[in-house]
Amino acid sequence: MAKDMERPKSLKQVAYYPGCALEGTGHAYNRSTKAVGKALGLDLVEVKDWNCCGAMEVKNIDPQVQTYLSARNLAKTEEMGFDVVMAPCNGCYHNLKKAEYDLAHNRQAVEANARIAGKAGHHAYQPGGVETIHALDWIKRAVGEEELARRTAGKLKGMKIANYYGCMYTRPRHIFPQNDRGGESESSYKPHFMDDLLAAAGAENVDFPLKTACCGGAHAMSDADTSTELVLNILTTAEACGAEVIATECPTCHTSLEIHQLRAEKLLGRKTTVKILYFTQLLGLALGLSQRKVGVQENMADPRGYLKARGLG
Amino acid sequence: MGVFPAIIAAIDAGLEGREDLPGLDRLLSMAEEVLVAWLVAQGQPVPRDEVEGFWLLGLHRQGARANPSFNACRETCREIVFRRNVALLYPDEADHAHKLMAMVVKHLALFVGGKLEQTGLGEFCCSARPLHVAEAD
Repeated sequence: MAKDMERPKSLKQVAYYPGCALEGTGHAYNRSTKAVGKALGLDLVEVKDWNCCGAMEVKNIDPQVQTYLSARNLAKTEEMGFDVVMAPCNGCYHNLKKAEYDLAHNRQAVEANARIAGKAGHHAYQPGGVETIHALDWIKRAVGEEELARRTAGKLKGMKIANYYGCMYTRPRHIFPQNDRGGESESSYKPHFMDDLLAAAGAENVDFPLKTACCGGAHAMSDADTSTELVLNILTTAEACGAEVIATECPTCHTSLEIHQLRAEKLLGRKTTVKILYFTQLLGLALGLSQRKVGVQENMADPRGYLKARGLG
Repeated sequence: MGVFPAIIAAIDAGLEGREDLPGLDRLLSMAEEVLVAWLVAQGQPVPRDEVEGFWLLGLHRQGARANPSFNACRETCREIVFRRNVALLYPDEADHAHKLMAMVVKHLALFVGGKLEQTGLGEFCCSARPLHVAEAD
């Protein structure tokens, strides 16, 4: 499996697994990811008949059912003739990677996957057939910073950004074997792919100590006050670091930051002014796309005035 | 006032300028108190071992040993140590690093405090599974 994953692959056209969040609260991420791909000459082909990755809820009840649900998406990707699937949501990316790992290391997971796939009437996914990548991976590997810098001509120059990766993008470390290999690989402990891409577009990344800290996203339903406090601390820390913008790459984190920024102001009287944007929205604007094209109007904490003042979109 | 609210209140008072910000050593011990409270609540032994010269990192390692998802605050703990070292070694950056260290300790207290509450409430990514498994049984 590892050998297969190391083969250079063309990422100009990949299978696309948007996941449930990108059809709902994360729609602007979906829209901006597709728009940036198109602007960069990349092609996304949506996985046919994809299903929920199992998210957190199924995993909590039966991890093997969750593994099957994610593996089914990998099987569908294979059926379409692709060996790479791009999942922009951290939760989906994590779960597809976890399924890959489980099927390579856990006999019970293999048996459960084969049993349920048999009942569902499709082939059981075998590990090693499909590589799951994140949107950050995709743009970095398919385009690279040099080309991005050429295409964006420093449009984000002077914009101070805190890059927020959230807690699932690199954890747990063992399901992301491609990380921590030195050189161009991603770091589990200090992720930098988003920093690299936005810096290529001219942005100034601030030294932000909470880039992988918990946003309380999963607290949202049962303990919203803790979520608000966690998010408020992320926002105020970003501002203390000099950030004007927090860049996100996960719909759950993004929504959590936006909702609790508003909630903190309403309930606690704590107003923060840092703007929250998907990294794909920022790259899209840097590539000359309009605010509407990258879905800025869908953001809850309206950044349109700020972006306009910066001459973006 | 419990350990978590007291820590958060002291840091907030410092950040808002109502009182002096707790010193570097006090902030580090606050972070250690948070992790000790977590270990005790989980019925785990509290180790005396240091990791890379810090008890805080030893406490975190113990917490993650019994519950791998506790690694969600691994970098938070390491950032606390890092900002403290910056504050001690680079006078020009000391004030900023001190402030950031306080903010990161506050995050750790909020995160672990939230996890402890959610252990009783359920439906939280890192701590809910045992509850759901018990329900499923």
